Amino acid sequence: MTHRHERTLNIGALARVEGEGAMQVRVAGDRVEEILLNIYEPPRFFEAFLRGRAYTEPPDITSRICGICPVAYQMSACRAVESACGVAVDGPLGDLRRLMYCGEWISSHALHIYLLHAPDFLGYPSAVEMARAYRPLVERGLELKKTGNAIIELLGGRAIHPVNVRVGGFHRVPTPRELRGLVPGLRRALEDALATVRWVAGFDFPDLTFDHEFLALTGEEYPLERGTPRTTTGAAFEVADFEDEVAEYQVPHSTALHSRLVHGGRYLTGPLARFALNRDRLSPLAHEAAADAGLGHECRNPFQSIVVRAVEIVHAVEEALRVIASYEPPPPYVPVRARAGRGHGATEAPRGLLYHRYDLDGEGLLTSARIVPPTSQNQAAIEEDLRRLVQDRLDLDDAALTSACERTIRSYDPCISCAAHFLDLKVVRS
Amino acid sequence: MIVIGVGNDLRRDDGAGLAVVRELRGRCPPDVRLATCDGEPVQLMELWNGADLAVVVDAVSPASGPGHVHEAAELPTGTHADTSCHGLSVDLAAELGRILGRMPGDLRVYGIEGVEFGFGSGLSPPVRRAVTEVADRITALACDRRS
Repeated sequence: MTHRHERTLNIGALARVEGEGAMQVRVAGDRVEEILLNIYEPPRFFEAFLRGRAYTEPPDITSRICGICPVAYQMSACRAVESACGVAVDGPLGDLRRLMYCGEWISSHALHIYLLHAPDFLGYPSAVEMARAYRPLVERGLELKKTGNAIIELLGGRAIHPVNVRVGGFHRVPTPRELRGLVPGLRRALEDALATVRWVAGFDFPDLTFDHEFLALTGEEYPLERGTPRTTTGAAFEVADFEDEVAEYQVPHSTALHSRLVHGGRYLTGPLARFALNRDRLSPLAHEAAADAGLGHECRNPFQSIVVRAVEIVHAVEEALRVIASYEPPPPYVPVRARAGRGHGATEAPRGLLYHRYDLDGEGLLTSARIVPPTSQNQAAIEEDLRRLVQDRLDLDDAALTSACERTIRSYDPCISCAAHFLDLKVVRS
Repeated sequence: MIVIGVGNDLRRDDGAGLAVVRELRGRCPPDVRLATCDGEPVQLMELWNGADLAVVVDAVSPASGPGHVHEAAELPTGTHADTSCHGLSVDLAAELGRILGRMPGDLRVYGIEGVEFGFGSGLSPPVRRAVTEVADRITALACDRRS
């Protein structure tokens, strides 16, 4: 290739309901001068929508933020409202919430693995082209997704933007018979999930290692609907202290706030962070599958996140079966009376820690809301990964380099990867 | 027969397909299933798989004029741009469905040209009128199939 003194890669016009953005890479000589990832996140508007609304409304309103992880928004919203009102929802109702969350993990991870991420590894431009060559594999992914959706539909009333979740629990809880109806599908899904781990573990992964700190919830179990935030350096803090420990800040090139640990700096949340901080809390089969897949005590290659997601599907399926096996129908909800105060909620969305904070007045109306989604938190880490990737591959031409950047972005899952699928590339050289 | 309204009520005219389904409730024969979808292809395939006829209603980009109704016997192929991960695209769902053998016996598509796709709820007046027109056409189609 010809020598380029200065190169600029522009990836723009990312248009998504859930996230919009662009990417620019500027290279001068042999050095990457600037990586700018611009992601636009609508949840900021939702914070304004919530002001003046009743304390019962956030689960339904915030579930509209994302069509892929509405359960995550509902669960974080419920926990935040309940904490403001001094109510804890645990026991069988907590288990049902966990079950519903398992459904979302299975569905979201299966979609990402099979329809979005795998084509990158198998050399296809999209899932359609991949399906022509690998129809049985794609069908396996769709069956997994269907199994996850079935859980959400039963507990939530429908798979997209569920309507059966309320502050304090559910409007209606399922009968044991209804839950048992999920078991055959889940047993098949367990086999499919294990096969998925074996399949993706054999992919050829680009060489890239990062050194970000990890942030994830931790606790007695592998985290889904609850836990205590912890980082890889060992620092743990209460969910109520999230805003003291995590600072959001604005950067000129993005309308989505970046985040950093007050005592650490850049960090990453999501499957790789959960795995690094909770590996020993995986279900037995998931733990074994991770070891067989060659995952060590942590994984620091973003491309291998596909393996961790597959392991998490195994865990979610086993966990769903465990909850169903011990199910005794509880009263559908715990009464929650409004009171003035502040409440915090954090859960593990498929793509990372999702934090909500609400302030209520004495009438139970929200006076302020704060939502910190995982995609925003990960922006700085993604930019750093892209910087390293480009720096190590400056010998590639612009098309190859852009493709590598898009693959990297897709490793982090939906809100960004969706946009990255249809980037218009503009190359400026001087 | 199933009628699937595709769209997002919080992006104004993008909610046209969902509005059509709301209008059809109580009007269609009882054996007609009504469903809504945000366009997620796997869900679309699940909804229409096995149906003898699937009617898909969605908003489309402005071309002829706001509220203009397009009717087609199939979704175009090869035009999808992989516009998202959450929502791949509706035509991609059809292409994937054909490859995987998950298509309805017959497919009919109504596209309503929108004009306002910003944040917020509520349809523009021409799209509102088009919603009623499409609901009328689908009701007539459903009744014709029974006779």
